[in-house]
Amino acid sequence: MCPDPTPSPDLKFRLPGRKLAGIAVSALLAVAAGTASAGEFERVGPVTHAATLKECGECHMAFQPGLLPAPSWTRIMDGLQDHFGETASLPADTAAAIRQYLTQAAGSGDGRLIRITEQRWWLRKHDFEPSIWTRKAVGAKSNCEACHRTAAQGSYEDD
Amino acid sequence: MKPMIVLAAAAVLGTGVALAASGDPERARILDGYAAQAKAQLPAFAGFSAERGQALFLGPHAGGKLAETPACASCHTRDPAATGRHYKTGRDIPPMAVSANPKRFTDPAEVEKRFERDCVNVLGRACTAREKGDFITFLSNR
Repeated sequence: MCPDPTPSPDLKFRLPGRKLAGIAVSALLAVAAGTASAGEFERVGPVTHAATLKECGECHMAFQPGLLPAPSWTRIMDGLQDHFGETASLPADTAAAIRQYLTQAAGSGDGRLIRITEQRWWLRKHDFEPSIWTRKAVGAKSNCEACHRTAAQGSYEDD
Repeated sequence: MKPMIVLAAAAVLGTGVALAASGDPERARILDGYAAQAKAQLPAFAGFSAERGQALFLGPHAGGKLAETPACASCHTRDPAATGRHYKTGRDIPPMAVSANPKRFTDPAEVEKRFERDCVNVLGRACTAREKGDFITFLSNR
């Protein structure tokens, strides 16, 4: 169903915008990205905020804050009236709490882009033939769990 | 103790109709709220209708924000007791029918959140209080 499951040798530290490897970078990432920290493979800090898990998770997997930089999260939370074409408005206090969580635990990347799937690191990792995205079991690029079974826990090892 | 007081108060105030129809004190309270709004907006309002609620659920409607979802049933399926599926992400949606999902329509904030979003997504406008009550009445009997 999913592309070549063999991990490439340069799998380490492919978090948004980071290509370096080593303990120093790991520490740096942990500091720079709050709870988003790189593991040995493709790991990002799991969602630990109840409202984020609930509200985002009602319609799609609650994406981890480390998958986008803070400016992207800000744009997303500013645009819930038109959330990728859909109205996804939230009560103001709930939205404020989610915004706070996502931005303080954000990762790095291109803050002009709000789609995780348009971030450079993501595109590098997903250079497949386009037909893969229309497979019934995949459906959309945003459906991480179709191939990364443990994506909801922040673990994106290839399955 | 508190639910008993609510029940007694509802009976005294003559709002036991909604409770009987909905089967849950919280749901009854939500329905009573929409009934009061509907009366204020529509002098001729004479109660909610499961038939109108069903028509609203099944659609199809024109003018919605999303071309892919001309009806509630587009995601929730035509059987409200079935598990639905988000039209784009494929995420499961728990059943709408109270018989299959007794927690439906028991949290006022959650109910309003969904109407606020999905009326726009499906109808292209806000729902009226009568439509909201019709919708809940239909699904409470399913």
